Amino acid sequence: MLHMKDVSKVYRTEMVETHALRDLSLIVGEGEFVAVTGPSGSGKTTFLNIAGLLEELTGGEYLLDGVDIRMLDDRARSRLRNEKLGFVFQSFNLIPDLDLFDNVDVPLRYRGLSRGDRRKRIEGALERVGLASRARHYPSELSGGQQQRVAIARAIAGGPKLLLADEPTGNLDSQMAREVMQLLEELNAQGTIIVIVTHDPEIAARAQRNVHIVDGVATDLSRAPALVRPTRAAAQTSL
Amino acid sequence: MFTYYLDLALRSLRRNRALTALMIVAIAFGVGASMTTLTVLHVLSADPIPGKSGDLYMVQLDPRQARGFIPGEEPPDQVTRSDGEALLRAGKAERQVVMTSGEAAIEPARAGLLPFFIEGRWTSADFFPMFGVPFVAGAPWTRDDDDRAARVAVIARALADKLFGTTDVVGRTLRTESSELRIIGVIDTWRPTPHFYDLHSQVYGREEQIFVPFSTSRELKLPRSGSQDCWDESPDPLALGAPCVWLQFWAELPGKARADAYRDFLFQYSLEQQRAGRFARPPNVRLRDVRQWLAFSEVVPDDARLQTWIAIGFLVVCLINTVGLLLTKFLRRSSEIGVRRALGASKRSIFVQLLVEAGMIGVVGGALGLLLAWLGLWAVRHQPADYAPLARLDLPMLVATFGLAVAASLIAGLLPAWRGCQVTPAIQLKSP
Repeated sequence: MLHMKDVSKVYRTEMVETHALRDLSLIVGEGEFVAVTGPSGSGKTTFLNIAGLLEELTGGEYLLDGVDIRMLDDRARSRLRNEKLGFVFQSFNLIPDLDLFDNVDVPLRYRGLSRGDRRKRIEGALERVGLASRARHYPSELSGGQQQRVAIARAIAGGPKLLLADEPTGNLDSQMAREVMQLLEELNAQGTIIVIVTHDPEIAARAQRNVHIVDGVATDLSRAPALVRPTRAAAQTSL
Repeated sequence: MFTYYLDLALRSLRRNRALTALMIVAIAFGVGASMTTLTVLHVLSADPIPGKSGDLYMVQLDPRQARGFIPGEEPPDQVTRSDGEALLRAGKAERQVVMTSGEAAIEPARAGLLPFFIEGRWTSADFFPMFGVPFVAGAPWTRDDDDRAARVAVIARALADKLFGTTDVVGRTLRTESSELRIIGVIDTWRPTPHFYDLHSQVYGREEQIFVPFSTSRELKLPRSGSQDCWDESPDPLALGAPCVWLQFWAELPGKARADAYRDFLFQYSLEQQRAGRFARPPNVRLRDVRQWLAFSEVVPDDARLQTWIAIGFLVVCLINTVGLLLTKFLRRSSEIGVRRALGASKRSIFVQLLVEAGMIGVVGGALGLLLAWLGLWAVRHQPADYAPLARLDLPMLVATFGLAVAASLIAGLLPAWRGCQVTPAIQLKSP
């Protein structure tokens, strides 16, 4: 599903050149639950942004569901993002003046689905996260955990193959964090690929694979080391 | 998708009511001021006779004395009675008409109605078909009536109503200047604006109430109004052969070939008059159609043009303010834009969404601008200018007001919407 080879990302200003990712190679296959860990500023969010087609890569290759994203214009990338990916953010990023129903509706609107189809998917997604009865409530009327569940409902309403989560439990207390993780695990069990960025070792431990990023270089700490192929130079640096 | 964008725009506008109100007011004032002055300009510069203005020509000859001659000088914009009647007799155009404005004292037969003065036109038979004057009863007089100075008149609906309480007055008698005229036709309300065929009387003045054959007016010595220009002493400036210009002469010449031929005819006529000793100057003729004639005569007052430019400048200032406010509004929503981009919105979708929002401000601003334009025109109508009563919004200007408001707000929204759609989603979504 996700195939990155020698991906690099460099931020350039007039004075400084910052290497956020260096020759990162990673393959994530069907049904996987991958945790990406690393210290602050290590490049894990940059990795997630590139994986989510929110940022351009500077070098390397990236195939998403077999599509070379370097060949796509903004419209095609947006469509691919809409159809294949779901996002869950640390700060939920719900739109405050839309109720839960309309928040979940946002990605479906850009897909051009019929009204009936959208309604069915929205109700199903809210049902899935246990908030169907609050569809007409606004985000400000919900707790943090509930808001994150709405964000998950929004992410899954379109039926994405890959769900990218950036510190999804970072703003939650431990009880709510457990609930959210349980939800993500259930989704994974039903076939959705999950890639979660976290710095919480407990969360990382619940994933099938752990990829550790330090200074933009990735190392697989999991049971399937063959799936991470850092370049020789990068491997030497990280080791 | 458009209805979705409309819904989002409505929500967004409600969210920042003060900012929204500021933008709407800015657009409304700019549009209101512009449309007030543009409407006045539109009224003043409108084609007074659409469909025919290209075929109707104002005739100018130069019968003046040799003294003061400057080659290429503009000839007088009126003709002498001798030339007017000669050109009429020649009949070289499809239709031709000689005329002057006049005044008549009406002596009503109706009890309780005192004598009163009205404005009129002493002209020839082709006047009515040539200028497309609408009749509600009867018909124009004929060329034969012109030849025999028939005691007939065509009157306006308003005069018929005033004198008889009806427009069914054909055959009745009208008493004016101690003479009796038989009413042979009643015209509907007709007020070409500007009063193109005679700019010597009020350009945007009141409508004429009575029309009498020119020949009849001379026999009855009906008083005339308007200017006259004499270059020599004359006991009667209005007499045949008097060295005075005081008549307008118009010719209907469909097609350029007819106009060119008529111009040649006028040249030859002038040459003949010069050879005969009547004209002291070499042939100097002009033939301008209605639009050319109005442009040459500069009938639109300079202050109307100046006010329009000032108002458009004001609109530009309002638009610049709106650009700033929209920019602020859209960039404050970078986070939402980032979320939408992450969830599948393309840059184009965001651009259209934001532009719809700007357009909605334009529609509301246009409605308010319309009200302000209406108030502005009401104020213009109370100015002491002869065109003031004409300053009213017609359907094209009503549509133009909305069009201008929406176009202005869309233009104002282009830069902010473009900046909005360039928001980098990754930055906006970054966890705190």
